[in-house]
Amino acid sequence: MSLFSVTSSSDQRFLPSSRGGIYWRDLDWVLLAAALATTIMGAMLVWSASLADLASPTDPQSYLKKHVVNIVLALALGYVASRLDYRWLRAYTPVIYVISTFSLLLVFVPGLGTKIAGARAWIQLPGGFTIQPSEFVKIAVILMMAVILSEKDRADQEPRDKDVMIALGVAALPLLIILVQNDTGSVLILGSVALALVAVSGARTKWVIGLLLGSVVGVLLAIQFGLLKQYQVDRLTSFLNPTADASSIAYNSTQARIAIGGGGWFGFGLFQGPQTQGRFVPVNESDFVFTVAGEELGFIGAGILIILLGIVLWRAIVIAMKADDMYGRLVATGIVAWLAFQMFENIGMSLGIMPITGVPLPFVSAGGTSMMAVWLAVGLLQNVRLHSQQQLP
Amino acid sequence: MRDRSMLRLMVLGVLVLSLVVTLFARLLFIEIISGDFYLNASANNSVREIVRPAVRGLILDQAGRPIVSNHTTLEVTVDRVTLGRAKDKGAAVINRLALLLNVPASQITDRLLTCGTEGAKPPPVCWNGSAYQPVPIANGIDTQTAINIMERGTDFPGVSAQLHANRTYPAPFGVNAAHIVGYLGPVTESQLQAQGSTTEADRLRRTDVVGRSGLEAQYDNALRGKPEVTSLSIDTAGRVTNKIGTNAATPGNYLVSTIDAHLQALVENQLVNAVQRANSQGYPGKSGAVVVIDVKNGNVLAMASYPTYDPSIWVGGVTTKQYEQLKNSEALSSNAIQGTFAPGSTYKVISTAAAAKDKFNLYGQYQCPNEYKAGNQTFRNYESRGYGAISLARALEVSCNTVFYGIADKMWKQGGGLSADRTAPDPIANMAKSFGLGTKTGIDLPGESSGRVASRLFKAENWDAKKDSWCANAVDGYSETRKTNPTLANFYTALDKENCADGFRWREGDALNAAIGQGDTAVTPLQMAMVYSAIANGGTVYQPRVIKGIVGPQGNVLEEFKPVVKSKVATTKAGINFLQASLPGVTVRGSGETPFLGFPLTQIPVASKTGSAQVTGNKVSTSWFASYAPANDPKYAIVMMVAEGGTGSGTSGPSVRKIYEALFGVSGKTVDPTKSVLVGGTPKLDLPKVRPDGTPVAPKGKNSGVS
Repeated sequence: MSLFSVTSSSDQRFLPSSRGGIYWRDLDWVLLAAALATTIMGAMLVWSASLADLASPTDPQSYLKKHVVNIVLALALGYVASRLDYRWLRAYTPVIYVISTFSLLLVFVPGLGTKIAGARAWIQLPGGFTIQPSEFVKIAVILMMAVILSEKDRADQEPRDKDVMIALGVAALPLLIILVQNDTGSVLILGSVALALVAVSGARTKWVIGLLLGSVVGVLLAIQFGLLKQYQVDRLTSFLNPTADASSIAYNSTQARIAIGGGGWFGFGLFQGPQTQGRFVPVNESDFVFTVAGEELGFIGAGILIILLGIVLWRAIVIAMKADDMYGRLVATGIVAWLAFQMFENIGMSLGIMPITGVPLPFVSAGGTSMMAVWLAVGLLQNVRLHSQQQLP
Repeated sequence: MRDRSMLRLMVLGVLVLSLVVTLFARLLFIEIISGDFYLNASANNSVREIVRPAVRGLILDQAGRPIVSNHTTLEVTVDRVTLGRAKDKGAAVINRLALLLNVPASQITDRLLTCGTEGAKPPPVCWNGSAYQPVPIANGIDTQTAINIMERGTDFPGVSAQLHANRTYPAPFGVNAAHIVGYLGPVTESQLQAQGSTTEADRLRRTDVVGRSGLEAQYDNALRGKPEVTSLSIDTAGRVTNKIGTNAATPGNYLVSTIDAHLQALVENQLVNAVQRANSQGYPGKSGAVVVIDVKNGNVLAMASYPTYDPSIWVGGVTTKQYEQLKNSEALSSNAIQGTFAPGSTYKVISTAAAAKDKFNLYGQYQCPNEYKAGNQTFRNYESRGYGAISLARALEVSCNTVFYGIADKMWKQGGGLSADRTAPDPIANMAKSFGLGTKTGIDLPGESSGRVASRLFKAENWDAKKDSWCANAVDGYSETRKTNPTLANFYTALDKENCADGFRWREGDALNAAIGQGDTAVTPLQMAMVYSAIANGGTVYQPRVIKGIVGPQGNVLEEFKPVVKSKVATTKAGINFLQASLPGVTVRGSGETPFLGFPLTQIPVASKTGSAQVTGNKVSTSWFASYAPANDPKYAIVMMVAEGGTGSGTSGPSVRKIYEALFGVSGKTVDPTKSVLVGGTPKLDLPKVRPDGTPVAPKGKNSGVS
């Protein structure tokens, strides 16, 4: 499989239309259904959370409408990603990588970049829309690392050390930029994605162990030598000591748990949660959206949400396992690591077992960029699956 | 190589699964296992209550006459949440309101500040309640002002006029009964803490008034009812987001007293008369008490204490000055149940009962010399003189001390004398305890004293407690006194030396004094009334009560209290019979004769015993008159006491007679039960009816006691 070619003609970008029937038949419907159900559930939660935020609303549904527009756009992008030609995708991956890494720098441009909750991670667009380039960068890094790590002389060979180093460099560049932007959550996610990709690529064990030790030592050194600012350390450690400072970050964490803990088995019902509707939990339409599920839908509803996300991850792992080439497997693996860690980080911080970092809950949180990125990921997973299915006969 | 990739992919899969399981477990822990904790935290965060207290239950007398009732007035309240929404924070509304109520605007703004916040004046000016509760700023406004406020709603946003219930005292027959009914006051910090972190609707809140003494305190739970509670949910900025719901109020229950308002009013007057009688004879007579008991069940039909106070001064809160005055006048505590006094000769019935039990010959002859010598001490006949050899009944009639000294001396010697240890027999003290002395009677009123019975055991225990300080003082005490008055200091030091050395010993003199109700013995007038009730009914000491039942606000009977027997007296049947046979003689030809001259004793024989107890430090004796009647079919026991009031028969006796006259309908020599102050001539045992609208069915016309 040395299909690194940029000469594909336009008709090769999509699978032949005559095989459309096969496309629909071979799609991973369980994955699609779980992702769709999570998205719809998320829309309800965002709606409920946003109602309380609009103190004097001209249109109480405006937030929901924006969210639905984002979902429609995301579904369209996902469809496109599922139909893209593999070879075309591989050919253009460097371009995608360069563009998205470059866009990360745009947030530093005055008048263009916006700082939200201490992180300079957004680009202001006309019409009140914002883009968070780091969300797309996650996909770009997965694609780029997958290309490099699957680029081998023989299929059963392990990646050469040189390739591993290049791949790590590919991840390190945007990672450093995001670190400067104070988007700690995305740094942790990119790190775990890189680790998973190197591991599953079959790289020699010294790399896996080295990376694991390296990241532990790195975090410790960063704290030790003050590379992390105090508020970053606070964010990362406040969950260990939630009552230390009731007014700040720990307060958020405590309020989040009060909201979830009040829900009981069945919750207060949508739009009925006193903590949610009283706006006691901050940013509960994105970072703390899980608290709305916990309070208003109860253990049953929030549990279903976790199960649905679990189903998405299970299907993604199955797709990675069944992928007939290393490239497809690595793409799927990267997506698994990304979504799994991001979900764990987001829900974990609402439940008080993970540090507070502003990462969105996949498929659920408000925020167009995140929604598009995760549906692109679903599209890519379907693409890998369809590619593998077609190779089978 | 592919195997290695697959293996690592599986490891990744297991890792992902463990992450999902971890989240699930943590969710289960927070939401289900510790859910209640977080649910409470959530409620504290976001729910505020508006409380309107329930109407407090009435207190009725035994016939159904209200002695404590409610009076509704129009009250103006201001909702600070609404005012706060206005641009000027409600300044314009407050100015308009001040104009309408004719008060300075600053008075309203001061009232609206929560106590403890910056610039707030001390209570009761500042608002002591919840920030969400409308603040009452004026009470007792006229109807026209209330209508003005309600009609001009746009001028007065957040202001409302509503009915508010205050305690009122209808005082049938001019009855006071302050020490029985008690009064209300703000809830105390310790009461709030005692109830813990309950969320019950009828829990105590900082703005509540509760019973602070008397029946209001004793039966506070029954009287208080459940308030109307409106729950509001609020957001982080304190804005009201939703009305969660309203719990309707449940009015408080009614107490039905055993007290008869007519009798009580008369008894109160007679107590004042007794005190004035003492004063007119030149005695200080500053305090007194009187108790009327139904001897068949222990019900208190009337009970008064002097001095007293007007219970209505507590309505709306007393000023500091008023409170200081009340405290200094000693009017707040009830002498009938809280004051303890030496019983003097009224205690001789106990000594007689003890003698009966110890097989003394009740019908033999006893020497009544003018003085009694024990060791090197001489004990005098205080109230009496020498009568030579007399019967025991006669000794009671003329209250001969020396007869009882003789009996007590014999008992003391039989018990082992000076060398006896603390557990040696002490017949008189034991008899006193069986009559309920030295312990609380158990009356349903708070703050009762248990009194004290002088005894061998008491003296030994007292020495255990005090010997250290006595012995220390015996060595180098009273150095301050010694500077100014060395003689007194020497006297004190000598006394403490003696106490230190053998203060535990129950001496002969102690035993003699105890037999005539002197020395360390102290009783409440109520305890003494229960002693004479027990003699009257043949030996049963009831637990006295002032409430016979509790009725719901719609008239449903909730509780009817049955008589409770506290103890049976430990004397013999012969002893009781002897006392019952002898005490009427006191009234006919003994120390109780004078006040009852002209009383129809043949129709209504009265058993009585006078007492003029000596109190260390007081020159004037405590006047006691203890009695029951009719002696041949006992119904009522009456005990009156005036401290520093002179003799029992001279000061208290005439008043007790007046009370019997009122009870039995005596006028001159004729007895007419229909003229009794008790409607129907006898106390009612059943509960009066309360109509479904909450109005009690009470006697009408001149029997209602109100004009």
